[in-house]
Amino acid sequence: MTNTHARNTKVMNRFDLTQRLVAKLKDEAVIGGIGNTNFDLWAAGHRPQNFYMLGSMGLAFPIALGVALAQPKRRVFALEGDGSLLMQLGCLSTIATLAPKNLTMVVMDNGIYQITGAQPTPAAGHADIVALALASGLANSSWAADEDDFERLIEQSKQASGPSLIGVRIDDKPGTGTTRRDPVQIRERFMNGMGVRQLL
Amino acid sequence: MAAAEQASPQDKATWHGIVLQTLKRNEIKLVPYVPDRVLTTLIKNLHADPYFTTFPTAREEEAVGIVSGAWMAGMRGAVLMQTSGFATLANVLASLAVPYQIPLIMFVSERGTLGEFNYGQALVCRTMRPVLDSLAMEHHTITRLDELEFIADRSIKQAVATQAPVALILSPLLTGGKTFDK
Repeated sequence: MTNTHARNTKVMNRFDLTQRLVAKLKDEAVIGGIGNTNFDLWAAGHRPQNFYMLGSMGLAFPIALGVALAQPKRRVFALEGDGSLLMQLGCLSTIATLAPKNLTMVVMDNGIYQITGAQPTPAAGHADIVALALASGLANSSWAADEDDFERLIEQSKQASGPSLIGVRIDDKPGTGTTRRDPVQIRERFMNGMGVRQLL
Repeated sequence: MAAAEQASPQDKATWHGIVLQTLKRNEIKLVPYVPDRVLTTLIKNLHADPYFTTFPTAREEEAVGIVSGAWMAGMRGAVLMQTSGFATLANVLASLAVPYQIPLIMFVSERGTLGEFNYGQALVCRTMRPVLDSLAMEHHTITRLDELEFIADRSIKQAVATQAPVALILSPLLTGGKTFDK
């Protein structure tokens, strides 16, 4: 095993990590999973290259894969919760097979379905999400040991020859801010951010 | 019909040849799928044609997410599945394709009808059209080879123009369906 074991990593904060990521961005796409993941993405400063999900739990990585395939020259980040990823673990195999080198996946793992009442996920304390990613064929998968390591892994992913997955253990603090919940507006702005649509 | 002339007579004579050419003519390059035996030849031919990026996914929802992301980033796609796969999609249709107004194009190979032997497939099939109707989604069941190109081509163009999903249900009357030899 090449990765740091989950239980050896520092427990960090989603909003802090999201801010650290956004501070590094220019025109990269970011797909925010449902709930707190995209609330924090929004609160870190709206960008037209951000896509905010309002449902479809577990599809942040597949949506990001679609963006990455359509625009291979643009770096695409996806922010997903551990509970969401559990719903769609098969997508890791799909992404490993297609191997888009412009895709960086971040899994925010706090072991709970936080937004629905903080119930533990079935994986909490047992399954290691980075190990699952590695076993799915995503060789560039690792836990971030702390905030500096997270930033290092983000930078490293930009140079990787295949897709990267970064696991981060986070606390149970609720998301900051709330995404404006207008799906058509979200999509139009995102398409504008992707350069395929002009806003009127 | 510009690209139609490039189609071989063989392509034009088969339902899968027409589907492939119609996808191409409408610049649909990305075709993720969860397979069905009936779709085998179409999938094989999509893989063989470098125009298409085609690959299996673990679930149909995943394929819908992928083509939705691709469309928002400027690349058109369509999803292939069978009836039971469609039955897994209600959530993603109601929370992604419909509210975000995404021209999701789905080809659904119809199981569960016209001689189906599997009771589970038969029941699942009966959930499909009520789900489509409850979301006010456009859908057509294609039964005739001579109507396939018209329905598929126009439906794809309508989906793109109106930014609305569409399901094209491929009836066993069109495809021959599954061979029931057990």
